[in-house]
Amino acid sequence: MTSTPLISVRDLRKTYGSGSTAFDALRGIDLDIAEGESLAIVGKSGSGKSTLMHLLALLDRPTSGTITLEGEETSRLGEKSLNRTRNQKFGFVFQQFFLTPSASVLDNVTLPLAIAGVPARERARRGMAALDQLGIADKAGNKANDLSGGQKQRVVISRALINQPRVIFADEPTGNLDSATGSTVEGILFDLNRRHGITLVVVTHDEDLAARCDRSVFVRDGLIVPRHDEEVAA
Amino acid sequence: MRATDVVRRAFSNAFRSKLRTGLTVLAIVIGAFTLSLTNGIGAGISSYIASTLAGIGVDDVMTVTRTVEREQGSGPVEYDPNQIASTTGPPAGTPGAGSMVALTQDDLDALAATDGVLRVQGATAVTLDYVQHDDGTPYQLALSQFVPGMEVELAAGDQVDLDAAEPEIVLPSTYLDALGFADAQDAVGSTVTLALTDATGAQVTAETVVVGVAEPGLISATGAVPNTALVDALHALQRVGAPAGQDEVYASASVWFDADAGEDATTALQDRLTDDGYTAVTLDDQLGTITSVIDTIVLVLNGFAIIALVAASIGIINTLFMAVQERTREVGLMKAMGLSSARVFALFSVEAVVIGLLGSVLGVLAAVGVGQVVSSALADTILSELPGLTLIVFEPVTVATVVLGVMAIAFLAGTLPALRAARQDPISSLRYE
Repeated sequence: MTSTPLISVRDLRKTYGSGSTAFDALRGIDLDIAEGESLAIVGKSGSGKSTLMHLLALLDRPTSGTITLEGEETSRLGEKSLNRTRNQKFGFVFQQFFLTPSASVLDNVTLPLAIAGVPARERARRGMAALDQLGIADKAGNKANDLSGGQKQRVVISRALINQPRVIFADEPTGNLDSATGSTVEGILFDLNRRHGITLVVVTHDEDLAARCDRSVFVRDGLIVPRHDEEVAA
Repeated sequence: MRATDVVRRAFSNAFRSKLRTGLTVLAIVIGAFTLSLTNGIGAGISSYIASTLAGIGVDDVMTVTRTVEREQGSGPVEYDPNQIASTTGPPAGTPGAGSMVALTQDDLDALAATDGVLRVQGATAVTLDYVQHDDGTPYQLALSQFVPGMEVELAAGDQVDLDAAEPEIVLPSTYLDALGFADAQDAVGSTVTLALTDATGAQVTAETVVVGVAEPGLISATGAVPNTALVDALHALQRVGAPAGQDEVYASASVWFDADAGEDATTALQDRLTDDGYTAVTLDDQLGTITSVIDTIVLVLNGFAIIALVAASIGIINTLFMAVQERTREVGLMKAMGLSSARVFALFSVEAVVIGLLGSVLGVLAAVGVGQVVSSALADTILSELPGLTLIVFEPVTVATVVLGVMAIAFLAGTLPALRAARQDPISSLRYE
């Protein structure tokens, strides 16, 4: 890694609650994510991997430690800048699709643009382009509820793509899909990573998915551990 | 997110759960309907009274009479040579009507000298014997006192021209049949004969032209309205044979004052006149009771309507809390994607305003519809004796106030759920099952 990492994390700690009920979800994480790489954050449930992703995605603030995004220390950013950063630089793919069931596929996909204040006409144009990219442009007028699981996840990926993000955060992106559909969706995500240079951060407990990434980090009890430790523990 | 997108989204969100929104809207409709209707009735009656007021007199004139000392149950009352029987005095209902002490020229001078009095005019007392048309049956007729600025509700023709040299009269419409006219239009332009007894006891007659026919009013006097030329002519006839030197007397006097000076100044003037031994009655005094009763009734009814609206606004709070609950994950997602808390608040509070707008507009429309049906139904039946009375009047300002007021209440009701949505933490919202 020659250039500055896209995201750089130093001694990241996150504690939930206080006093006797305090729970240390992260206990000192150091991590660098390079531009354009695909990184798997692997761990069992309760390991702290989701908390780590939430902090990386600036959805939550750490108790201590620093997250540097493109050389900028994010703890200094105000609420407004954080909102803008998430809106413009990040795309999100969640295990539960989080689609608005009664709204059209196009409206679901263009939600980040609506939040950014893009005019309706341009929203529709870019929305159709994103749907086309994932081969579901014909579903644009359908209600999100009428789609199959695989189609829904494609809609979610289109939504994550629409604002041309630097990073896509994917939280168990294939957890709700059968293996055939799941591998198709994985293929789409890695294709975006390689062909468009979008950094991919995947949170998963699926070893096979992790193996397809450039690099994997293992999280256990709020710390990054070497791989063999994880295997011993498992 | 753009403001237009917030509004558009709030509109479509409001209709996501149609039944729930519909029921909440219905509750608001009931409140807005009641409020519009009560206001409409208040406005209808008020405007009728206001138009009738112009028929009775003008608001910068008070009617002044000599205060009659009547100590109840204190034995015989001393005879006053100036006491006259009044048929042309102040409108019925005024204290002292029926029998009163006449005003002399000295009284008028004294009144004119009183501080705050702009002008004084004695009301010449003319007592008619009868009115007759085309040698038909004679009927008794009283002459109303006509003050410049006053207008009567006309069924046909014009108001009398006070400055006209020729005698003119406006007849009450109740005399049409009796005098043998086909309708109001038929009477306008015709000539009637008025008879009176002069000071020698002889009956004399005078001719006058009917220029208009007055609608029967709720409050206005039932007499005919003469112009100045007619009153002067009749008065001259009445005084034929009266002893020379006997002072001219007046049943009452009209006193002009500065109505713009405020109620306190008017009351002070009335007090000064009372101290001088006169009774001064303004138009407001004569109508005050009626209007204040109507105002109170409208106020009470509005109170009920507002209680209904408060209940409806609790429905809005409930509806939106359920919506916030349902859309927890959606809100979480939008916040994760960078939607600010302020915009989340706006989304839900605008949704509340949309519900309020919908309910109030439907309620007002229903009230206007019902109001028109009821008004026209009543106008043909129990209110047919009161032409000119539109029971329910919808003033644009009132209607707009109701709609805007309900929207404001809805906004206030929406703040609680909207605040809860705005404060949601995206992560826990996304985990919410």
